[in-house]
Amino acid sequence: MSWLRLTQEGLTEWLRKFGKTHRLYGPVWTGSYHEFKLLQDPGEIDWNYRNTRLSPKSLFLPPAEKMFVYSLDPNDPERAILKEAPKDFTPRIIVGIRPCDAYALQLVDRNFITSQYQDPWWVNRRENTILVGYGCTDPCSTCFCSSVGSGPFDTRGLDVLVVNVDGGFAISFVSERGKELLRREPLGARALSESEERALQDKMAQAKAAMPKLWDEKAVASRPLLDIFNAPFWEEVQFSCINCGTCTFLCPTCWCFDIQDEVWKERGCRVRLWDSCMFPLFTLHASGHNPRSQKLQRVRQRFMHKLKYYVDKYGDGVACVGCGRCVQFCPVNIDIREVMRLMVSHCQCAL
Amino acid sequence: MYEYTEKIKEIATRLLQDKVVDGVIGFRKGTIPMVNNPVFIKHPEQVSQLYWDSWCGVNLANYLPKFQGKVAVVAKGCDSRSIVVLMMENQISRDQLYIIGVPCKGMLDRRKIWDAVGDRGRDVTDVQERDGVLVVAGRGFSLELERDKYLQDNCAICTHRNPVLYDELVGEMVTEQQVDRYEDIRAIEALPSEKRWEYFQKLVESCIRCYACRNACPFCYCPQCFVDESKPQWVGKTIDPTDTMTFHLLRAFHMAGRCTDCGSCERACPMGIKVRMFTKKLEKDVKELYGYEAGVQLGERPPLDTYRPDDPQEFIK
Amino acid sequence: MVKNPYKPYPVKIDEIIVETDDRNIRTFHLKFLNPEDEAAFRYFPGQFAEISVPGQGEIPIGIASSPTEKGYLKFTVNKAGKVTTYLHNMKPGDIIGVRGPLGNWYPWDKLEGSNVVIIGGGFAFTTLRSSIVYMLDPENRHKFGNITVVYGARNPGLLLYKEELFAWERRDDIVMHITVDATNDPNWKYNVGFVPAITKEKAPSSENAYAIVCGPPIMIKFTLPVLRELGFAPDRIITSLEMRMKCGIGMCGRCNIGTEYVCKDGPVFTFEQLSRLPNEY
Repeated sequence: MSWLRLTQEGLTEWLRKFGKTHRLYGPVWTGSYHEFKLLQDPGEIDWNYRNTRLSPKSLFLPPAEKMFVYSLDPNDPERAILKEAPKDFTPRIIVGIRPCDAYALQLVDRNFITSQYQDPWWVNRRENTILVGYGCTDPCSTCFCSSVGSGPFDTRGLDVLVVNVDGGFAISFVSERGKELLRREPLGARALSESEERALQDKMAQAKAAMPKLWDEKAVASRPLLDIFNAPFWEEVQFSCINCGTCTFLCPTCWCFDIQDEVWKERGCRVRLWDSCMFPLFTLHASGHNPRSQKLQRVRQRFMHKLKYYVDKYGDGVACVGCGRCVQFCPVNIDIREVMRLMVSHCQCAL
Repeated sequence: MYEYTEKIKEIATRLLQDKVVDGVIGFRKGTIPMVNNPVFIKHPEQVSQLYWDSWCGVNLANYLPKFQGKVAVVAKGCDSRSIVVLMMENQISRDQLYIIGVPCKGMLDRRKIWDAVGDRGRDVTDVQERDGVLVVAGRGFSLELERDKYLQDNCAICTHRNPVLYDELVGEMVTEQQVDRYEDIRAIEALPSEKRWEYFQKLVESCIRCYACRNACPFCYCPQCFVDESKPQWVGKTIDPTDTMTFHLLRAFHMAGRCTDCGSCERACPMGIKVRMFTKKLEKDVKELYGYEAGVQLGERPPLDTYRPDDPQEFIK
Repeated sequence: MVKNPYKPYPVKIDEIIVETDDRNIRTFHLKFLNPEDEAAFRYFPGQFAEISVPGQGEIPIGIASSPTEKGYLKFTVNKAGKVTTYLHNMKPGDIIGVRGPLGNWYPWDKLEGSNVVIIGGGFAFTTLRSSIVYMLDPENRHKFGNITVVYGARNPGLLLYKEELFAWERRDDIVMHITVDATNDPNWKYNVGFVPAITKEKAPSSENAYAIVCGPPIMIKFTLPVLRELGFAPDRIITSLEMRMKCGIGMCGRCNIGTEYVCKDGPVFTFEQLSRLPNEY
């Protein structure tokens, strides 16, 4: 990777140049937490931030959005015919996204972009959004990205990577799209000196080394699914869960949604909204039968889906990027790191 | 309150060894600072996990509705009042319970600690409490804070710190506070109606409909919550502002005469919404109209359950 | 702009037939408004579609018509919840939508050249009807060996597709065992007994045979041991699972069992496949 060096003001000035063609989003303090907001000016970005409360998945899969609109007026010749709700896919640049959250978007891509079906809203937003990532030189105590295959400077999923250095930033243009930005608006920045590059590598190595080692990918991937499903530790894990949607809604790799029709007089729309496997209603049949009527089944489903089913289905890393949001905000402190430890220990004992 | 830990462990060991209960619902130390994990202990060997400190805010009565078998539960003042209400609503019976009562000096609010630490949420990695002083530390900083300034909002104005119903106490009763519970509610009541509407709209604008508030509450035990009904559908499920406001308003009304202000709803909210602003108004109204406080007197039927000829009627127009 | 897989094809309700005495099950004949939609909707027996009722929602329903039946789609819908109740009150001429075909289908490539045993109960018979009509079609009949069907309901009034059942019973290229759990109709000329018991009694041969079993969980529970006793291996017993679904295209997550999405990797599974999945259905 080649690095260029610039000051915060230099970076802000450069981002301003894209203001006419792109919408810029960046982390802004709301008074109680950080949120990715549409920026009037890139100077609003808070470069001191740790991570946003809600993950940036809300910029690609909004908490609620209209899919279709239709008329129910019996006199309308087009009644009951669904029309796609108009959308705005103006190109965007998301500045300051953490590598874990960007990699999470790639994990979720597997769900929405398949050979048979593609989700048009997800696809359009992904194609029209450039991700300028912000590396983590000081990972939080609740972060564990390295354990799950990502890392504080993971460039998968990023177009550009920015890292804090003394007096400013080091910036690297990772993908073709990122390089295109540089071609469009040259930075006028110098490359890092040899000693600066060494210092940066050291800093990055230190940050990576500070992360805990929680996961044994091979041990868990090689166990049969039903063996972990029937393990005895789920009883203990599930007790305190209150089955709210906090973990799923804050999680950058959770994607489950509901589809509802909403009607006002003779106009209706079909909306897509966040849903959660934690809610009993999620799997309730109209007949009244519920395959996951017990809390234990729902709690187990979430962890098995993220840590085992996804791996078995796609032959690739767990559907967790170690961002730590669920660890921090679960109202009863159910810690996915603990569950991972229990799973690994169960699988290793069986070996 | 750390000495309570030993007492809780001792009581739990005794109850489990003598098979007085099938299990003990208590807390074990959290994996991160400033929060603890409710746990269900079934064997004496597991008792060493039990723990108590100023971060045990979760209302453990939430795990009681329709519990099968005999269970011991660790309960602070507000929790014990919740248990009384649950008993009166037939969600659990007295003979199923062994209440380990905890006289409480208030639980702490980690959001206030985060504000104090500043710098947009510096990473707190350790919190110790000694004689009314909190030592809050992280990478490269350490602060000493006065405990009493960081109480949860509901604890700061709590008038029932001692359990009202218990089988055994873990410590001596504490003195009850004399405090005006409704100062902030009166301030909102004084606002003109448009300003009040604006206030509440702003209050819930960040709500993501995760239902952490509802699920943390011991009294939200309906098999099918009104927001989940579809035949007919009462409330939309999205974050539409009208639907969101409807959810919070109706839930607050369902709490009238039941809420014991344990603060679990506010603690659970991932977005930091002060949802108690809804429930406290109902609590104030019930107190003023009917002279009733939830869960204080076992056997005293709640006002929405009873009819008295002299019930206030001015609001019926 | 990618094709939008959530957008239904508009269809008109052409005819509504009340199938059962209790009026809770109706069959809907749907006609496409646009001929290009009809051409695009190519399906195999076993698949389902999401019937979209604007203003109410969508429901996943097995396709009861066979692809050999041109010009319309047939769906048999049980009145169970919000959307189905509204649908039952609609009239011919009303416009709704259909999204599909969705899911996988019965393994026709394996079934060709084999004997086929079909066992159905209650209103789970819809995709089985599609299969029978498909196999009996003059173009297809020679591709299959013996066809044996055991189909039962609680009483004669609750049987689906009664006229067709009785017509098939009279044919000699298909063996029909129609049964009811109980009846006090003195003119009932077919079997009386639970589906598992009748299956055991009639003992269809498992020689070069596949069994397709669809019905309420209790029926499946008691039919499986009978089939195994007759010599059917788990990978030769096929079923179609029901799940709560919304998107129907393997994205919303709610029909997920283990590594599979019932709407996309199913709903057709063999019992051998199911034995490797968590029992959450």
